[in-house]
This record gives sequence, C-alpha cells and structure tokens, in this order.
Amino acid sequence: MAGNRVAVVGVGQTKYAAVRGDVSLPGLLREAVFRALDDAHLTMADIDAIVVGKAPDFFEGMMMPETYLAEALGAVGKPLFRVHTAGSVGGSTAIVAASHVQSGVHDRVLTIAWQQQSVSEAMWALSFPIPFQQQLVAGAGGYFAPFIREYIRRSNAPDEIGILVALKDRLNALKNPYAHLHEPDITFDSIRESFMLWEPIRYSETCPGSDGAIALVLASEDAAEASAASSGVPPAWIHGTAMRSEPATASGRDQVNPDAGKECAADVYAQAGITDPRRQVDVVEMYVPFSWYEPMWLENLGFAPEGEGWRLTEDGTTQMTGDLPVNCSGGVLSTNPIGASGMIRFGEAALQVRGQAGDHQIDGARVAVGHAYGGAAQFYAMWVVGSEKP
Amino acid sequence: MSIDPSEDRSVSTLPEGLWTQPVPSVPVDLGDDPVQRQVVPASMRYDYSPGLATSRFLRGLAEKRILGERCPETGEVYVPPRGVSPVSGLRTTEQVEVGPKATITSFCVVHIGFGVNAPPTPFVSALFLPDGAAVSLYGTMGEIAHDEVRIGMRVEPVWVDDADLTTSMENIRYWRPIDEPDVPAEQLKGHM
Repeated sequence: MAGNRVAVVGVGQTKYAAVRGDVSLPGLLREAVFRALDDAHLTMADIDAIVVGKAPDFFEGMMMPETYLAEALGAVGKPLFRVHTAGSVGGSTAIVAASHVQSGVHDRVLTIAWQQQSVSEAMWALSFPIPFQQQLVAGAGGYFAPFIREYIRRSNAPDEIGILVALKDRLNALKNPYAHLHEPDITFDSIRESFMLWEPIRYSETCPGSDGAIALVLASEDAAEASAASSGVPPAWIHGTAMRSEPATASGRDQVNPDAGKECAADVYAQAGITDPRRQVDVVEMYVPFSWYEPMWLENLGFAPEGEGWRLTEDGTTQMTGDLPVNCSGGVLSTNPIGASGMIRFGEAALQVRGQAGDHQIDGARVAVGHAYGGAAQFYAMWVVGSEKP
Repeated sequence: MSIDPSEDRSVSTLPEGLWTQPVPSVPVDLGDDPVQRQVVPASMRYDYSPGLATSRFLRGLAEKRILGERCPETGEVYVPPRGVSPVSGLRTTEQVEVGPKATITSFCVVHIGFGVNAPPTPFVSALFLPDGAAVSLYGTMGEIAHDEVRIGMRVEPVWVDDADLTTSMENIRYWRPIDEPDVPAEQLKGHM
C-alpha cells in the first residue's frame, strides 16, 4: 500500500435503534466520538483533522449538516472534510481519512459517519415522483430485487439461502450489544413466513432503518504505537484501501456481479498481498442490506467462483463457526443507519483484528476485510486490516 | 400551513405493524415531558431545466415516441439520453427512436408501494429494454397476473389518453404483454 503506515486505534459506536429520541444529532455524534477517543486514549485536542460522511442530504432533509455540526465534532479551527458516495459513504469516508495520514499531512484523524433514519423516510426519498425522471415506485428493495431474481436464475440457488443469511445475521446480532435488532425468537420458519415485500425479498430478509453513528480514530505509525502503549489495545493496521465506481446505467454493465466491485477487491487484495482471499482472510464484514447479497458479494469479492457463493452460505462456511465468518456483528441486516453502515463494516473489521469484538469475536482473527457498496450498486469501498504491520 | 392528506406522499402501503413510525427504544428521562420530536411539513416548488438531450427525450414522449441517443463510439443507444455516452464519455448527437416494443430484463413482485404513483399491490416493477436500446427503463406491468410475468417476456407501453399527454415519463401508464416469443435471458445480460 502506498504512503505511510496508518492504523485504527479507536472505535466508538452508538447504540443503534429505530429512534434515538434521547439525544439530538450532535449528542448522537458525540456519543460515538467520545467512545472512539476513549478507546484510543486520546482527547479532542489530540485530533488534527476530521473527515465525515453520511447518506445524501435529502434522506433527512437537512442540507450540509457538517457545517452546523462543526462545534459538536470538535472541528473548530481544524480541517473538516465531507465525503459523498451514497450508501458506500461510510467506507469511502474511512478511506479518505486514512489517506490524510498516509500522505503524512496528519498524525491523528477522527472520522465519523452517521444517519438518523427516524427523522425521514429513505425509501420514500428513493421513490419520489419527479415527472422528468424514471420513478421507482418500490423503494430500495424494488430497485435491487430484480438483480437478486437474476442471480437466483443464473445460479439455481435454492430459495432457503436468503433465509439462512438472515437467520445467521440476526442471531449474530444477539452477540453485539450495539446492534439495532435483537430478535432472540427468530427462526428459519419465522423468516420464511414473514411478509413478502419485494419478491423474492421477505420482510425478515431486509435491513431495518436505524439511527446511529460510528467514529474511528486513525493514527500514523508513531501515534498508533503511542496510543496502543497507553490503552493496552493493539492497533488494526491498514493493509490496503480501494474505491471503485461505475456508471448507473451503461450497456454491458452487470449489476448482479459488477465489474467495479471485482476491480475494487482485486486492488485491495493486491495491496495487502492477498492471493487467495478464501484462505487468507479470517473474517469479513460485507454490506448486505438484503439477505441475497451475501452470496452475490461472496462471488463478486472473489471468495467463491461465479454461481457458487450460495454454497458457502448453505454449508455454514459464513457462520461464526465456519472458516470464513461473514458479518459476525449482525451486519446491515441487523443495523442500518445508512450513512454509517459502511464505516460500521470497516470498524467491525478493525475490532476483530484488535481482539475487541466481544461476544462476536473470532478467536485469533489476524486479517479482516471491510466492504461497502452504494448507489445503484455502482460505488465500492473496501479495506483490509491486520493485526500485524503491513 | 396545512397539508392535504391526499398529498401526503410519505404514506406507504405497509401492513399494520411493519415499519410504522417507530417510538424511541432507548429509555428517556427528560423530566416534565419536554418536546422531543415534532413533525414539520415541508414543501418545495422549483423550475427545472432538463438540458438539451432530456428535452428532446421529453418532447418525444409527448408524441408517444421513445427517443434515445447513440454513442458515437460503440453505436449503442441510451435512453433516457443524458447527452453523453456513459461508456465513452463522448457527446451523443444522433437521435434514434427505440421501442415501443420492449423485453423484460428482470422484475420483482412488489407487495408494498411507495409514492403517489404506485399501483395497488401486489404489482410487478420491472426493467424494460426497448427494442433498439442498450439499457432498460423502469416501469410497472399491467394486464397480467403478477405470477405470470417472466424474464424475457415481450411487452409494449400503454400510454395515457392523448388529451393527457405531457412532456413526462408519466405518459407511460404501464407496460403490457404482447403475443411474441420470449427472448432468451442470456441475451439480456448487460442490458438491465
């Protein structure tokens, strides 16, 4: 990976919920920020710059919130930078923050991503009737379901695969105290019998809408070692970062297995020296808002040959007890503050290689992948973190 | 300011109990019942300038014609046109009428509708590849049971009455099947 070494030394998450009515937006962000700073054994005064990301402004109806949030974020008198890449923004934001350290410009960068889905309706925002544009009358699920149908057609995967993913992720969420959905009574049958929303996607195979924020502290090599010496918690060293995008509509584009996702994965693996991701990666946090995206992304990210991703779900490989655990945190299927969801994947990957994931820790995890996608499956962001220096 | 309930576009057709406006799930103790949340109606009126390519497209719709534009490098036709090819980045200048017949490249059966234009549920939201075009348009299916729709099915648009034609995508009410053989799904890859 080009540039100076950079590591994650602090991770702070809010409790995610349908409504965080107990805090204002600034209060929500400070909850994440102070937890991250505490984790890093740093204070706001130690931070050189702040990089933030959230989903498009019209999701909440608040334009450029970063300007009024500057004081709450401790950004007064410091560089404050915002990143926009739709649903992948949490991942892209963390990568941009890392670049500020890799370049040698800053030693300690705070990065924050958030969403308050309770103050708006994202699905309505995606279905707004604008006479001069094509109208999607079915929200995000209606956009992605046709590609899931095409994946099932091509791969001949059995119907139960989506249910198995949802069951795994919701049960994993029970081990994550920050997760939004805690459904101890969920079963294979309860998911199968849940309301069909956008056939083939059922209600229980769909992400919730959440309020929440996550903050990460990224540090240069010297700063990371100082933080680790003080906190006693090892850093998560960044071994590679990559972003790719492609046009929303272009002839030859395959939304079932997009080129931008494949190229993003190939780039980040090359930087991290990964030649066989299935063997060399210990744990994955991937962006799975609808259950079927687990097998689809397993193929797109090179963990399985095309058409075979669903077999890793079916045989238990992606369970916490399998040899390629996916979304031990419960994933987007259990927690979805849209703008934060990508950074939560990146932060959870860091927690795993730092040994800090609590009840959803994979013992001995040394290499972890964080992944996010957004827009019309057109924006990709990934990083590889490790317990060892790159 | 008051709002007309029929204009409330935030109402979805969810079954009772699913995704109703949530209540705070973190315990709150703020003393004497202070204001925590308020609903603020908002509206916005704006003038829209669609640009040259989209203007040509929208004027075509007013005549029940679907006008795409050709990429000068690949020769493929994009609809709605943006004035540039997303693949080559080159300006598109040649207008090409596509459709009106089309092929379903994929679809889903929708059991919850959003927005004022959503038909009664269940309905089929699909991607329609107009004949001669390289990319699909979004729309809904009509005049067929939702469980009879197939990938590869041949369809045509059903337009609003001539008196109601405007420069709008809403001129296409829905798409309906026509009696032609299905297109093999493998031929549709890359054109969704």
